[in-house]
Amino acid sequence: MDINTKVTIAGVELKNPVMTASGTFGSGMEFAALTDLNKLGAVTTKGVAIRPWPGNATPRIAETPSGMINAIGLQNAGLDTFLSRDLPFLEDYDTRVVVNVCGKSVEEYCEAVERLDKEKRVDLLEINISCPNVKEGGIAFGQDPRAAAEITRELRKRTTKPLIMKLSPNVTDITVMAKAVEAEGADAVSLINTLTGMKIDIRRRSFALANRTGGLSGPAIRPVAVRMVWQVAQAVKVPIIGMGGIACAEDALEFIMAGATAVSIGTASFHDPKTAEKTAQGIEQFMRENGVKDIHELIGCVR
Amino acid sequence: MREKWNETAQVISQECLSEGIYSLWLKTENIAGAARPGQFVSLYCQDTSHLLPRPISICEVGEDSLRLVYRVAGWGTHEFSQLKAGDSVRVTGPLGNGFPLERAAGKKAVLMGGGIGVPPMLQLAKSLQALEGEATPAAVTAVLGYRNADTFLGEAFEKAAQLKVASEDGSVGTKGNVLDCMREQQIEAEVIFACGPMPMLRAIKAYAAERQIECWLSLEEKMACGIGACLSCVCRTSEKDAHSQVDNARICTEGPVFEAGSIEI
Repeated sequence: MDINTKVTIAGVELKNPVMTASGTFGSGMEFAALTDLNKLGAVTTKGVAIRPWPGNATPRIAETPSGMINAIGLQNAGLDTFLSRDLPFLEDYDTRVVVNVCGKSVEEYCEAVERLDKEKRVDLLEINISCPNVKEGGIAFGQDPRAAAEITRELRKRTTKPLIMKLSPNVTDITVMAKAVEAEGADAVSLINTLTGMKIDIRRRSFALANRTGGLSGPAIRPVAVRMVWQVAQAVKVPIIGMGGIACAEDALEFIMAGATAVSIGTASFHDPKTAEKTAQGIEQFMRENGVKDIHELIGCVR
Repeated sequence: MREKWNETAQVISQECLSEGIYSLWLKTENIAGAARPGQFVSLYCQDTSHLLPRPISICEVGEDSLRLVYRVAGWGTHEFSQLKAGDSVRVTGPLGNGFPLERAAGKKAVLMGGGIGVPPMLQLAKSLQALEGEATPAAVTAVLGYRNADTFLGEAFEKAAQLKVASEDGSVGTKGNVLDCMREQQIEAEVIFACGPMPMLRAIKAYAAERQIECWLSLEEKMACGIGACLSCVCRTSEKDAHSQVDNARICTEGPVFEAGSIEI
């Protein structure tokens, strides 16, 4: 049986709907020895800013039941290093490249996007307006629909590449955010980023993370993420990239049936570096076993 | 990029060396063949609700086997302590840079291990002793710090180095820590390799700086991926790190072994 696993996001075709989630896969380079990047629909790189960011103090992570909380603080080597070292590395791989962009002001996001717009190897841009661990930027845009709309509008003027806005679950109604960015020209939305959490180290009588709070990820948040993907799917027309605790094909299929055109593997890559590759294989196997010829039969089939 | 593998290893044997300290021998396909002293591996729990790998230092390297000596500190290490011969466990490795053996050539090398920082010093001692010609160290002394007379791995060290011991309660060797032992026994060092708790490493860094002794420290930090992607396990560096472009280096990748002067601890 001929099976179609290809999906299209804003005109960019992915060989399968499985991507990696920003911040959990480095620039692909770190995982290349342990998994085949050519088997992935896309690699999403770690958030990059116009200049290097040092990130937060350590400890930056703690394990929690079926998940973890992190407060890395978007440490990154800056756009110059990204363009000269990380992006060329991906040149040799047959997969789409999604570059995740972060910033501390609208101007910083704009400057980064303008430069990335000129890069051939960049297939899609994902804008992080939802990092809960950085005070200056990220979340400031992701919890206010007017701010999210404004930054989308400004970025839309500066690039012809597909713009994915990455949404935060730490809002009262995520559909309001999704509609706000769709109205200003976002080509797709990705959700969810991490849920703000906290862990106390009872022996030290202190916070487990130096940042006090962190973003909760992993299978613990999956039902919340599936619910939000489903809600957003009823509210907007642009494609959704679903993520939040996906660890296998069955998990990914929940998101796809809830309305996600593509899915991202995040924290699960820490547990098994081959998770994304296995998930892509597993989806194809599910389709074969269930007589599904085209992945589009499954996208949003649960209403 | 250094070679590394994610594989399912077979448990050859496991024994409890001392209260809460376990010794696990694993048969690996590829990891042991590439492993060097001072590197570590990531071990994964069977229970997927504990999803992060546990970084564990390599104590000894056989032809196709690895010895891990670890302390039960939480859920994951408790699960590992239940493994029996014939069981399997998923492992990624070898990870990190390891100790620079070449820095010991012709020098009096002192290996300092404190508590659960003792195990990685064993393969280092054995590898230094195996060096030949100009690479041979002038001496290999192991100075190990324990809480009490329970000097796990002590016998193995006796065969691999000149062994000096310190214990916090004074029940064996010098009463105090490894540096008390250095002073009391008047041990001369021309290069120091150390692993242990952070207060110990800070004191060793100061001791070495004062005496202008070359010093290499193996660090520990909470890790998520273990392979340089997540940026959880960073350490402050005195100068801009080439990879990160900020004063932060990844302990799992640029480390865990750093020249003492290059890090802010």
